[in-house]
Amino acid sequence: MSSAPEPVARLAAVSHRHGSVAALEQVDLVIPAARMVGFIGPDGVGKSSLLSLVSGTRRIQSGRVEVLGGNMAERRHRSAQCPRIAYMPQGLGRNLYATLSVFENVDFFARLFGQSTAERAWRIRELLDSTGLAPFAERPAGKLSGGMKQKLGLCCALIHDPELLILDEPTTGVDPLSRRQFWELIGHIRARRPAMSVLVATAYMDEAEGFDWLVAMDAGRVLATGSPAELKARTASATLEQAFISLLPDDKHRDHQPLVIPPRQAQAGPPAIEAQALTRRFGEFTAVDQVSFRIERGEIFGFLGSNGCGKTTTMKMLTGLLPASSGTATLFGRAVDAGDIETRKRVGYMSQAFSLYTELTVRQNLDMHARLFHLPKEKIAARVQEMIERFGLRDYVDHRTESLPPGIRQRLSLAVAVIHAPEMLILDEPTSGVDPVARDAFWRLLADLSRQEGVTIFISTHFMNEAQRCDRISLMHAGRVLEQGSPEALTRAHAVHSLEQAFIACLEQAAGEKAIPEGASPAARPPMAAAAPMGRSALFSGRRWWAYARREAMEIRRDPIRLAFALFGPIVLMIAFGYGISFDVENQSYAALDRDRTPESRAYLENYSGSRYFRARPALADHADLERQMRSGRLRVAVEIPPGFGNAVRRGRPAEVGVWIDGAAPFTAETVRGYVEGVHQAYLKGLAERTAGSTPRLSPVDIATRFRYNQDFRSVFAMVPGVIMMMLALIPAMMTAVGVVREKEMGSITNLYATPVSGLEFLLGKQLPYVLIAFASYLSLLLLALLLFQVPVKGGLITLTGGAALYVMATTGFGVLVSSFVKTQIAALFGTAVLIMLPVIQFSGLFTPVSSLSGGARIIGLAFPSTYFQRISLGTFTKGLDFGDLWPSFAALASIVLAYLLLSLLLLKTQEE
Amino acid sequence: MRGHLENIYRLGLKELISLRYDVVLVVLIVYFFTYAVYAPARGTQMDLINASVAVVDEDRSPLSRRLQDALLPPYFLPPAAISVAQIDAAMDHGLYTFVIDIPPRFQADIEKGRRPTIQVIVDATAMIQAGSGANHIQNVIQQEIADFLSLPAASAVQVVTRSRFNPNRESPWFVAVMQVLNNITLLAIFLSGAALIREREHGTIEHLLVMPLAPAEIMLAKIWANGLVVVVAASLSLRLMVQGVLQVPIAGSLPLFVVGEVIYLFSATSLGIFLATLARSMPQFALLAMPVFIVMNLLSGSNTPFDSMPMPVQRIMMFSPSTHFVSLAQAILFRDAGFAVVWKEFLATAATGAVFFTAALLRFRRTVSELQG
Repeated sequence: MSSAPEPVARLAAVSHRHGSVAALEQVDLVIPAARMVGFIGPDGVGKSSLLSLVSGTRRIQSGRVEVLGGNMAERRHRSAQCPRIAYMPQGLGRNLYATLSVFENVDFFARLFGQSTAERAWRIRELLDSTGLAPFAERPAGKLSGGMKQKLGLCCALIHDPELLILDEPTTGVDPLSRRQFWELIGHIRARRPAMSVLVATAYMDEAEGFDWLVAMDAGRVLATGSPAELKARTASATLEQAFISLLPDDKHRDHQPLVIPPRQAQAGPPAIEAQALTRRFGEFTAVDQVSFRIERGEIFGFLGSNGCGKTTTMKMLTGLLPASSGTATLFGRAVDAGDIETRKRVGYMSQAFSLYTELTVRQNLDMHARLFHLPKEKIAARVQEMIERFGLRDYVDHRTESLPPGIRQRLSLAVAVIHAPEMLILDEPTSGVDPVARDAFWRLLADLSRQEGVTIFISTHFMNEAQRCDRISLMHAGRVLEQGSPEALTRAHAVHSLEQAFIACLEQAAGEKAIPEGASPAARPPMAAAAPMGRSALFSGRRWWAYARREAMEIRRDPIRLAFALFGPIVLMIAFGYGISFDVENQSYAALDRDRTPESRAYLENYSGSRYFRARPALADHADLERQMRSGRLRVAVEIPPGFGNAVRRGRPAEVGVWIDGAAPFTAETVRGYVEGVHQAYLKGLAERTAGSTPRLSPVDIATRFRYNQDFRSVFAMVPGVIMMMLALIPAMMTAVGVVREKEMGSITNLYATPVSGLEFLLGKQLPYVLIAFASYLSLLLLALLLFQVPVKGGLITLTGGAALYVMATTGFGVLVSSFVKTQIAALFGTAVLIMLPVIQFSGLFTPVSSLSGGARIIGLAFPSTYFQRISLGTFTKGLDFGDLWPSFAALASIVLAYLLLSLLLLKTQEE
Repeated sequence: MRGHLENIYRLGLKELISLRYDVVLVVLIVYFFTYAVYAPARGTQMDLINASVAVVDEDRSPLSRRLQDALLPPYFLPPAAISVAQIDAAMDHGLYTFVIDIPPRFQADIEKGRRPTIQVIVDATAMIQAGSGANHIQNVIQQEIADFLSLPAASAVQVVTRSRFNPNRESPWFVAVMQVLNNITLLAIFLSGAALIREREHGTIEHLLVMPLAPAEIMLAKIWANGLVVVVAASLSLRLMVQGVLQVPIAGSLPLFVVGEVIYLFSATSLGIFLATLARSMPQFALLAMPVFIVMNLLSGSNTPFDSMPMPVQRIMMFSPSTHFVSLAQAILFRDAGFAVVWKEFLATAATGAVFFTAALLRFRRTVSELQG
């Protein structure tokens, strides 16, 4: 069917599953080269899976995928071809870095492909010029409009002159003008490089009309292939959309008829919604700017505009979710008030994303909402049943909603929104991601609600053909309403043929001039150098490693919360720990139960009142008093002197003083017992002096106890080095784990799959900034120890610092290791915290000496870096040791660093599953 | 009123169903109330157990051997014999916490009443063992020598110490129960906060706010549902893990403790929700809640004695519900205190809860709208 000699890709019997859901089933496909190939079909039919398999970013499960003349299952072929393929994943700017500027984003990709400084400079300049992004080079990617994000994505994809360009839904949710510009840009690039193959997935049938060759897909299978003209001819359809519907299997389009919405009967009464100069600002940014409109009862009113143009914000102001910065809005003639429960009962709302509880079944969702709206109890069952029938949910009643296909979910959302029979529906992009047949069915329900029941419908969309069905629409762009009126009137006013053209005309008027400087014709530019051979060193490239490290550092610098946590978290915690955790037992409350009341008993008790460890409380009356006070916790120690004590002492007869100690906290009790013994010995000594007139030889032996390293036996000297050990483990490990997993969650991990960067470069590059931050944190903790806690370093300061450097490499390495088997940031944070707490706090020698540990606790302690750094920290701070004494701990730390790195490399996936 | 209660009840049921299907959270809850209670109770010792000791025996007499034999498990590991030259290196590497140096001619000097000096060298960086261990060793030496010489009791006046509430001062009793308390705090804060953030991330919170529901209802639903889960899990943990597996006797009334726990959970879950209203995303919430939890836990008295902390720290910690909760739990569970003793703690805990709840309520709606950027 084509003259191209060798196809760019060949798929044979390819199947793919995501968990239990089949994404692709036995797909056989030959994709011609040097063409613009479109994959059409609604969301979830397998387009994205297919494209990611071709790009090599996803692991092949079954079947054979050949791309650019080799098998993509082979690692060697994949890495050899990787520089020749560019892949732009689905989602606006999903593989971009939101806090990095336009220039920094492109620069990062250029570095990944190993380009030299000079090459990067001219390539980036040329790409930014030709896409019209040059004036915005310094703007963060996250602050770009959808259209500009996609152009930036394209720049990043084209930086290395790929031979195969794969674009997954590049224009979804982008305004029509930007969309047109995007395709013009692709056209220019193809004109310049005719050998390049482009594979595009799209949900917009009108764009697909302009492609060379199409693959129509449904439910994981290929329905048909061919040029748009061929497909239309084969199905005898006028438009591609109709052609696609007739290609669907019979059961899906059997009941499909063209949708007709009957004309509206005007209703009397005040307008359902009225907005006057509604404005909403978020800081500097004005999301909605002076928007005014009026919606009559029973009307279907549409907001048409791109993602991020202010549609959702406006709707949220109307529902009271978001207060307006200025302007007024009324619903049914009453001002919108967040606390107005009565008005809420008259409105149904369906938010942009599916926002029902996915863990509940269809019936549970309906039932819960019916109850929350306080429908009369006896009517709930009937109403729920009615909704199930009317919205065609009967086959799904007991399914949990997370397992429902998008079309059904959306019907359920609508059913939930109308369960309380509201007079007005506010629907925010209800049909995104739904196939055309389901979309028509949905509109039929809407038409029915509007025309039969007189429900006012306020709907937003970025689909032109949906806007066409509204009674009136507002064209929105950048927070403002450009024009308003019926679709026909708008088209007529601009003297064009379609609503899309009318919208583009509006946008161009609003912009005052075309956004793209068309002046520099692509053909006039010097041709790009032929794709330079990519220096893909086998194992490690310093340039790519540095690209990742540099980028990570920039991202952290621009995230104040993470940076503050990393730098100040340890300081705050160290102050809390240093002052809070003390084993110095002091200030223990005691009271006497003196049942003797002689000078001798008072002499005994004087020894307590003189001790700094004890604090006196009023004397006890009797045993019941003693019992009560000890129970309440007010009393830690009770001293009971029995009747006849004085008498016995005077006569040298045996006497026994009883002491009760609160044993609830055993460690404290043990220490207090030592104090009690001490007080008793002091008394005996005094007694002997008084009676015999000299110090008696109480003991045949002299026991000299020397408290080494910490003569005063103060907690702070033992705890401060330990707290430093703890802080340098906990926080760096958590930060690193989050840093790596963020890429998985945000989608930028694709860059690891799709570019030549290796696992080792990726891991070490990600780790480096965290090592540096943790080291800075070490320096701040060291200062805190020296200046605030007055704990000097008695041994080698350089030894301590070197040990800290090695230790933070190990703890950040542990974070990397955890990140290789968790998927979300939250799991990374918790997983790291849970895994690290026990070994750091309990098994590292912080509280209990490692020499006293046994069994599993000891093994865990020895396999974890904290044990060794605790030795180094305590050794240098308190014991006055140096490298010569501590080198075995250094050796252990170094081998742990290596072991973590190797394990992480083994566990890191360089392809999506 | 009936309507409000019904809403709170319904929303709470939904919370429970959501939690049931969140496998990771369920696993975490089970972990925190089983292994994370068991391991610290068994694995570490706050009192003198398995202390490592070395003896430099320069005497090699029957008496010096007798002294070594008296260092018994479970207090001490079997003593290691080392030489004088090895003392410094061994202590520097933390191989032994105690070294006893018995001088030459020790027994002979004792017998002749020359009062020889025996050295006990203690690694004073081992804060937990050093103090009690040194005491213990002194007592052992005195006792053994007295027995060896068959001396009568040194003095007529004796002191008899008795430990109330935990006669043998067994640390697992303390550690196991305190672990349960710490994990209650952890889960209460994180479950409730995460439940709110999750609703925000999934957009379901907006859904609730456009329905005829008040923010207070939504919050109370989260509080009762997550609180209930923690109460049930913690009570099971006390019964099955602490009393069952670890064989720790609980002196006081479990029902009274559960009442205190319920009040505390109101406070801690409110705090979790409040923190969640300050954060914009789940990771931010975790970064915020982590230090809060650590401070609340470490300085509450559940790890080290509260009385011995510096006064300013004690005063600040009076504003933390965890301090009052630990205090009331220790009173009830260890000392069998009744309501008359702990009502002040109950009141203080409830007061902190009221403050957190109000603060969370004031921020609740604002944060939902702030989400859009």
